[in-house]
Amino acid sequence: MEKNIEQIQEQALKELEVAADVESIKDLSIRYLGRKGKVTQFLRSIADLPPEQKPEAGKKANETKRLLDAKFKKALKQLETASLETEGHIDVSLPGRVVRQGSLHPITQIAQQICDIFIKLGFDIAEGPEVETDYYNFEALNIPKNHPARDMQDTFYISKNIVLRTHTSPTQPRIMEQQKPPVRIIAPGKVYRCDSDLTHTPMFHQVEGLLVDKGISFGDLKGVLTTFVHQMFDAGTSLRFRPSFFPFTEPSAEVDIRCVICRGAGCRVCSHTGWLEVLGSGMVHPAVFENVGYDTTRYSGFAFGMGVERIAMLKYRIDDIRKYFENDLRFLRQF
Amino acid sequence: MKVSLSWLTQYVDVDMPPEDMADALTMAGLEVESVSDRYEYLDRVVVGRIAKIAPHPQADNLKICQVDVGYRVIPVVCGAPNVKKDMLAPCALPGTCLPDGNVLKKDLIRGETSEGMLCSEAELGLGASRAGIMELASDFSAGDPLNQALVLSDPVFEIDLTPNRADCLSIIGIGREVAAFKNAKVKYPAISLPESFDDILNYTSVKILDPDFCPRYAAMLVVDVKVGPSPFWLQDRLISIGLKPINNVVDATNFVMMETGQPLHAFDFDQLAENRIVVRVAQQDETFTTLDQKERHLDPEMLMICDGEKPVAIGGVMGGLNSEVEDTTTRVLLESAYFDPVCIRKTAKKLGLSTDASHRFERGVDPRGTTTALHRVAQLIVGISSGKLISGTIDEHPKPLPDKIIDCSVNALNRHLGTRLDQNEIESFLRSIEFEVEKIDNDKLRVFPPSCRVDISRFEDLTEEIARLLGYDNIKTTFPLIPADDRKTSGRVDSRVRIKNLMTGMGFTEAINYSFINKLSCDRLQIRPDDPKRNQVEILNRLSEDQSVMRTSLVPGLLETMHRNLAMQNKNLKLFEMGNVFFSTGEIDSQPIEVEMLAGLWTGIRNDALWFSEEINCDFYDLKGVVEELLKSLGVVNGAFTRMPPEFCCYTTPGYTAQVFITDEPLGLLGELHPNVLGNYDLKQTAYIFELNFDLLLEQIPTLKSARPLPKFPATSRDITLIVDKNVEALKILKCVETLDEDLVESLHLFDVFEGDPTPSGKKSISFRITYRSFQETLDDDKVNRIHKDIADSLLKEFDAALPA
Repeated sequence: MEKNIEQIQEQALKELEVAADVESIKDLSIRYLGRKGKVTQFLRSIADLPPEQKPEAGKKANETKRLLDAKFKKALKQLETASLETEGHIDVSLPGRVVRQGSLHPITQIAQQICDIFIKLGFDIAEGPEVETDYYNFEALNIPKNHPARDMQDTFYISKNIVLRTHTSPTQPRIMEQQKPPVRIIAPGKVYRCDSDLTHTPMFHQVEGLLVDKGISFGDLKGVLTTFVHQMFDAGTSLRFRPSFFPFTEPSAEVDIRCVICRGAGCRVCSHTGWLEVLGSGMVHPAVFENVGYDTTRYSGFAFGMGVERIAMLKYRIDDIRKYFENDLRFLRQF
Repeated sequence: MKVSLSWLTQYVDVDMPPEDMADALTMAGLEVESVSDRYEYLDRVVVGRIAKIAPHPQADNLKICQVDVGYRVIPVVCGAPNVKKDMLAPCALPGTCLPDGNVLKKDLIRGETSEGMLCSEAELGLGASRAGIMELASDFSAGDPLNQALVLSDPVFEIDLTPNRADCLSIIGIGREVAAFKNAKVKYPAISLPESFDDILNYTSVKILDPDFCPRYAAMLVVDVKVGPSPFWLQDRLISIGLKPINNVVDATNFVMMETGQPLHAFDFDQLAENRIVVRVAQQDETFTTLDQKERHLDPEMLMICDGEKPVAIGGVMGGLNSEVEDTTTRVLLESAYFDPVCIRKTAKKLGLSTDASHRFERGVDPRGTTTALHRVAQLIVGISSGKLISGTIDEHPKPLPDKIIDCSVNALNRHLGTRLDQNEIESFLRSIEFEVEKIDNDKLRVFPPSCRVDISRFEDLTEEIARLLGYDNIKTTFPLIPADDRKTSGRVDSRVRIKNLMTGMGFTEAINYSFINKLSCDRLQIRPDDPKRNQVEILNRLSEDQSVMRTSLVPGLLETMHRNLAMQNKNLKLFEMGNVFFSTGEIDSQPIEVEMLAGLWTGIRNDALWFSEEINCDFYDLKGVVEELLKSLGVVNGAFTRMPPEFCCYTTPGYTAQVFITDEPLGLLGELHPNVLGNYDLKQTAYIFELNFDLLLEQIPTLKSARPLPKFPATSRDITLIVDKNVEALKILKCVETLDEDLVESLHLFDVFEGDPTPSGKKSISFRITYRSFQETLDDDKVNRIHKDIADSLLKEFDAALPA
């Protein structure tokens, strides 16, 4: 035998110490562990040894093989790791391969926010037709034909008794006809009024709310709507309830919030009053209950409604209502 | 409704700043829209001292004054006889808007510069005198604004009254509200009828033929009237709330209407045929010329005030030209009536004629205030026109309205409002707005609202009165008990939200278009005559032709949105919309069928040109991928796309349009826009569009999902390429593999389609990968090869296909 295995190992380790690059280590690996490598040859030569020496020699040779293999691999890994730190990089400032997202219309987003708040408070979503009968849009809501209250809403007519709903309020009698109290619903949707100028579009969105149960009071109306305003705007938003008139509620209340633009100092948005109307509300008028067959001595309730565009305008500081329906991508992509 | 503070203080003491007053009115339910000072226009009128007077070289009756206006001395040409040196007089500076509506400018008067105007009382609206310029006290300083110098201030409140508060369409009505929150009493004007003679019944009569429309009609007669301008105080009152003085008789009727809310009318008694009044409905097709000189066409739902022969006024709306009070009038018949609100409203609507009178009658005037207002106006006219009153009042009252009595339980009221008021508090609130109250027992009150409160008829109305008098802000905030009961969630709403989120996730931006579109949209989309999309719902009172019918498709809205965006250089669009479309049932007075749709549009590029990729335009398969992924994400597995037969294509291009099915139900379509449609919408680039019926889709969205076990054994796959006729649809081949019903085929993946060399012409090659897997064992190659060959053989035979050379 030319050399014993210890010498081969020693020699290999010495050479490894001076091997400075990946190539020379790979070369070492071939020269020792390759098919014709020294360790491999030594292993083959064991066959020629006397039987009693074979186990010992085989064991040693295999240990050397494993040791060298591990050492070479470790040295290679170290070199590769070191070279990663010094060589090669990419331009991380190049733009990434995006998967572009679209966006929801701001009206959808605000309507969802409104609904989500009321859903948390225990309301369910209800929906109704956009083309309504005169009965549900007006008469069931205590707005008889030829009542001056009809002037409050410019109505689109399809025929004598069919209108584009002027508010989401027809959902109230529709739901109450189908369901016994308690009723807690929130009804978002499109509404239509025959009016188009800087501050009006002929179509817009409202969210209607209705809560009917035993023992509901005006104080409860204030509580629920105060919670809503605080969640929708800011817990610090001050608000006031002010008498108003809707034929389907009595007492009726308009809800104003402190102007979010000027904080009450007075500005164009709040017409220099410091207050912004955001909600109409009131205790459900007994005539509405009578129309749907609810017992007014047992049940009371409140209803409210709000314009989604208006709230979105305040939240997003949008100054022109027509922007919503022009659908200019540069506008829509901001939300 | 406008109210000037100067007029209001005639009836109630108001000692609060105008802003606080505005706030208090708003919080009482009378929303003040604006407060302005009616003397604001005097801001640019200053105290001027006449420093020098020189004759006008071109005009003997004019003088050139050098007027010290504080910061400088300006030349003013003036023709007033009383102008003299060192006199102080109001001088209006350029920019002043004078009460007659003229805006003063720096001017040349007969060749001489005049930079201001020395004014008379009348020119400034401060008095009647036009005789010369207004002489001011000598202790004022030149340059002081006139309204400050004279302490002229009169806030005018513009109140946006809700339609229920007819009682506040008068200065006294507003005064009642102010008295309530000021804890004061209204000072009603004292009415004492002047000396009178003879008897009105010797002169005239009133006959009501239609008591339903005219439940009450009262009249008085004043003779020897001299018609002329009103005294300054009266004109000033009317001007203060924006009314124009006309003559003393008309001004007096307007004054009393504004004071009391009761509209009044004055007829020239000598123009009344037979000197009598008949109240009747109009005849069909009768015509009548109103005071504004317009001919009106009448119908039998309109109430007419007539004399012995002909109509002389449209009751409650407007008087006639034929009986108008003119300068020559000497005998005046005064009318005060209660007309049926619905009748007046219908009449005013039909005639398109809304007047101060009709506005009040249709909301309901005080049914008991008829003669009070009549006496008030008679007294006033006698006082300012040197007329004489004929004794007696005609008061035809065929249909008196019943008194209103409302019982009010204190407990019920507190429960309704969430308050803890006692009986005495409630009583004193009600008395503060002139309601009469009787105690019935410890809980109940019997309430008699004043007749002017036509809006109060039941218990709940009283709760509102109490709430607003107490102040809404003084009602304690509470929260209703809401049990956590089991709630149904709306599958529709949830699925809609999911779809919208999926679409935005795939890069689509949501648009919301108007539900109404141009009637010609169907033509523009080449919709076939027998297509249900032609069953449009028309809007009778459309705002424009572009918004004349309810949409039967979301496509027109998206195309218009595309057009607007292209004009704004937004050339790459991925848009979607969800919303209702409307189909007429064909029956009159019935609601249309509403269907919720989902539509998407993709135009322009698939992806931006970036450092790693080139800009590529989107195509059919981009949008198809969106629809496929949408359905898959919703858990809808049985969607299928088939080529739309050309005869069914309208707004999409034949051959480039797919019908979308779920099982056998057609859900909608997907395709490239038809070139004609692009032209009709003036679109300069092509677009791909899909439209699906959300209502049908909703039924297919599974609500429950169950998990499948994951395979334990590895899969193995084989590719196959077939040369087939180019018209063979890929789906058919894949379906064919499925129908072979080979258990071990797990999935099919089509990865290449190729036409052209070396594939023979008229043919195409289709390559797909079949993945095999068993749930029981690791498949061995021989077995897979055998199955794969069977499949290949079947396909070759079925599609007359060849394997590649």
